[in-house]
Amino acid sequence: MTWETVIGLEIHSQLRTKSKIFSGASTAFGAKPNTQACAVDLGYPGVLPVLNKEAVNMALSFGLAVNAKINQHSIFARKNYFYPDLPKGYQISQFELPIVGQGEIEIPLEDGQNKMVGITRAHLEEDAGKSIHDLYDDFTAIDLNRAGTPLLEIVSEPDMSSAKEAVTYAKKIHSLVQYIGICDGNMQEGSFRCDANVSIRKKGDELGTRAELKNINSFKFLEKAINLEVERQIDILEDGGSIVQETRLYDAVKNETRSMRSKEEANDYRYFPDPDLLPVAINDELLSQIKKSLPELPTEKKIRFIKDFGLSEYDAENLTAQIDIADYFESMIAKGADVKLSANWVMGDLSASLNKNQIEIQDSPISAIELYELITKISDNTISGKIAKDIFKSMWEGKGSVEEIIENQGLKQMTDIDALEGIIDEVVNNNTLQVQQFKDGNSKLLGFFVGQVMKATNGKANPKQVNKILNDKLS
Amino acid sequence: MMHKLSITELSKGLKNKDFSSVELTKHYLDRIAVSELNSYITVTDELALSQAKDADLKIAKGKGTILTGIPYAHKDIFCTKGVKTSAGSKMLDSFISPYDATITEKFNNENMVMLGKTNMDEFAMGSSNENSYYGPVKNPWDQKRVPGGSSGGSAAAVAARIAPFATGTDTGGSIRQPASLCGITGIKPTYGRISRYGMIAYASSLDQAGPLTQTAEDAAIVLNSMSGFDDKDSTSATKETPDYTKNLGNSIKGLKIGLPREFFSEGLESDVEKVIMQSISEFEAMGAEVHEVSLPNSAYAIPTYYIVAPCECSSNLSRFDGVRYGYRCDDPKDLNDLYLRSRSEGFGDEVKRRIMIGTYALSAGYYDAYYLKAQKVRHLISEDFKKAFKSVDVIMGPVSPTTAFEIGTVKDSVSMYLADIYTLSANLAGLPGMSIPAGFSNNLPVGLQLIGNHWSEETLLNVAHQFQLQTNWHSQLPVEP
Repeated sequence: MTWETVIGLEIHSQLRTKSKIFSGASTAFGAKPNTQACAVDLGYPGVLPVLNKEAVNMALSFGLAVNAKINQHSIFARKNYFYPDLPKGYQISQFELPIVGQGEIEIPLEDGQNKMVGITRAHLEEDAGKSIHDLYDDFTAIDLNRAGTPLLEIVSEPDMSSAKEAVTYAKKIHSLVQYIGICDGNMQEGSFRCDANVSIRKKGDELGTRAELKNINSFKFLEKAINLEVERQIDILEDGGSIVQETRLYDAVKNETRSMRSKEEANDYRYFPDPDLLPVAINDELLSQIKKSLPELPTEKKIRFIKDFGLSEYDAENLTAQIDIADYFESMIAKGADVKLSANWVMGDLSASLNKNQIEIQDSPISAIELYELITKISDNTISGKIAKDIFKSMWEGKGSVEEIIENQGLKQMTDIDALEGIIDEVVNNNTLQVQQFKDGNSKLLGFFVGQVMKATNGKANPKQVNKILNDKLS
Repeated sequence: MMHKLSITELSKGLKNKDFSSVELTKHYLDRIAVSELNSYITVTDELALSQAKDADLKIAKGKGTILTGIPYAHKDIFCTKGVKTSAGSKMLDSFISPYDATITEKFNNENMVMLGKTNMDEFAMGSSNENSYYGPVKNPWDQKRVPGGSSGGSAAAVAARIAPFATGTDTGGSIRQPASLCGITGIKPTYGRISRYGMIAYASSLDQAGPLTQTAEDAAIVLNSMSGFDDKDSTSATKETPDYTKNLGNSIKGLKIGLPREFFSEGLESDVEKVIMQSISEFEAMGAEVHEVSLPNSAYAIPTYYIVAPCECSSNLSRFDGVRYGYRCDDPKDLNDLYLRSRSEGFGDEVKRRIMIGTYALSAGYYDAYYLKAQKVRHLISEDFKKAFKSVDVIMGPVSPTTAFEIGTVKDSVSMYLADIYTLSANLAGLPGMSIPAGFSNNLPVGLQLIGNHWSEETLLNVAHQFQLQTNWHSQLPVEP
């Protein structure tokens, strides 16, 4: 029996405003507990919220970037529930009229095709504080520094049909919010959080009952959690059971999802318009102003990279997937680096090292200028590609600049043709058997000779020159 | 007899050095000390005297405003830094506010003198001041009777002249009704005129602050100080504040008064009606024209209000959860127990009743039938007024269907809610409303209500002042024990 998976995502993206969405307190991460919460954030008697216009502008930037309908009249509502880290006993959010309406975003699929994913809405809301359960034995500690941090909740249509697609979509949104500068995208710090609504059905059937997966803080876990959930649902349905609508918590340590609350146990949030806040009115002037100030979006950048740099669709897609990678690449090109070499190095050795060490490109120990210097040494034949890889490692380890490493380790490519010819003669004379075999038609042996020469020169010979001289001497 | 002077007179006395602010303040503190009305929850003697000293220095330098050095009583719903701010509730009995309400700040900037914080119905929910954790306030005209509510402590204090004026808040009549029952002047301006920042919220879309004073002229002076846009309150209006004292002297000849027929139907005590009609005749004698108008939806004001206000309060009062400040029950077993007992023990019955009504009305499946329907009716009530104000300048009628009733005699909530029948509409429509002393029924004061169009405070104050130039109801004082 084949099952079809249906996934929709709710992404909470923390907006990069300096101050909170309804107060003047700072939003900076990592301050001492409860030092960045003012009377408004603490929900003191008599305080009132005042909307941060910057948060509105950021929501509008997002809406315009996904071609969404902007609701020029939107309303803040109160979502009422009790929790110790929710100071007012309600969260100010948007319910019936969100600021951003229906939009869409294109994602690349594995088969090379593209797919449009619908965005149902995106609304502004305030974050809650943090409950810390493991600090004291008998108490839960509350840190309200995060309370009131602006969030943009981005809700997708149930348009994804695999965990991989869901991750691609999430990455695309992750990239976009960083492109337009509204979110730092830091998943460890919780700046970008995903909840997944997952259901399965037989092809052609109506939508199945869904489970909402929460507490997912990396793309890897998103994929794992969805796959786990799909398996769980298939098992239940194939055993003749039925799916219960519920919220399930993903446990990354145990790699399992478990029920948090069922639909029956769900809060009745008693939404109603917040009488402390006026409806948000967006005029055409503000909209066109924000439209003008939008930076180049990923798709636009990709098209430009293909057109201006002659990159392949695949390379352009990869290089523009993250704004910081695109910027890194572009600053190399701007210095005059070779396009193909730059692309290969950024997507190859650099990406691999960054991934391996879990470092973001903006924190790379090798700057764009330094990588440019390295590949320039390849272009001008100072070093071979193979030596360059060794130098890259040394640079990564902080052993100095390209010049210093080449100098100190004596890695400069041999340019003395006479000396090279001497070494090649020696190799040819020491391997008469192989020379005979080569002359008898075993052309594969050329590689053997090249290898011997490279070994004898500690890799400093230029492979092209070696090839050419060998061919001359052996023919 | 400094306490018999209005703000205008007191201000003159301070300026002429007839008395100092310290002397004046001591005089009031002495009167408060012997008062048995229970109108103050907290008396801030030390603070008052130090504020009075500062005011005297300022006055000596020839600086300061008309209000500098004037003592006042602050309703205990306004946050006052370093001073207990209880909202009449056990829940906040231990709450010392860490900040000042915008109004408090404005008064401080003018070097006014806060005598103390006045008693009130818990979280401003009530019409008799019997819902206070600190006990009922007595009406100075008859100490067996209620002063009205929720600003009962403020009204009683001004009526007994143990404060020259007091602040109040009016969500459904909480300034006008106690002003009426205590025989003083009170105005609730247009919604948005005065900042709500630091005013503990009951029903945010209805709450509005205002002064309770001896005269309309005093009300204009205090309103000048209280009004204006506040960037801490998104619902405060950016509209410029006029000088409310400027047009007090205008003639009201040709003023068109509307009498809504719905305000003179069953339920209105005949003696109260008689007083109201006599004051209307007074206005006619002054050259005003009287027209009958209709507010057909005003009958729905009570059910509409008692949906909207509880819905908003059920959410506004969620923050009182025993977690960060205020009352917390002893030895909570777990989180649920902490919430349940802190709130059950910390809130009084009427507050709990309204929280439950509101929670119910906002619940899934009931929202459309209650909250949304109420909002629609609210709009219709507004439209009624809009129509009426096409033909008249000011609407007049009773404030309350009865005079002050005896403490403990109105036992069921619904009968109590009926006391607000004439005042609720102005809040639902966001209109300015005023109560001025209009006469007596069985030696108890009766207030005349004036309702104006949006932003017509100047007209209301002018009309009230002209009436007070012709009558002396506002200068009648209760006999002191």
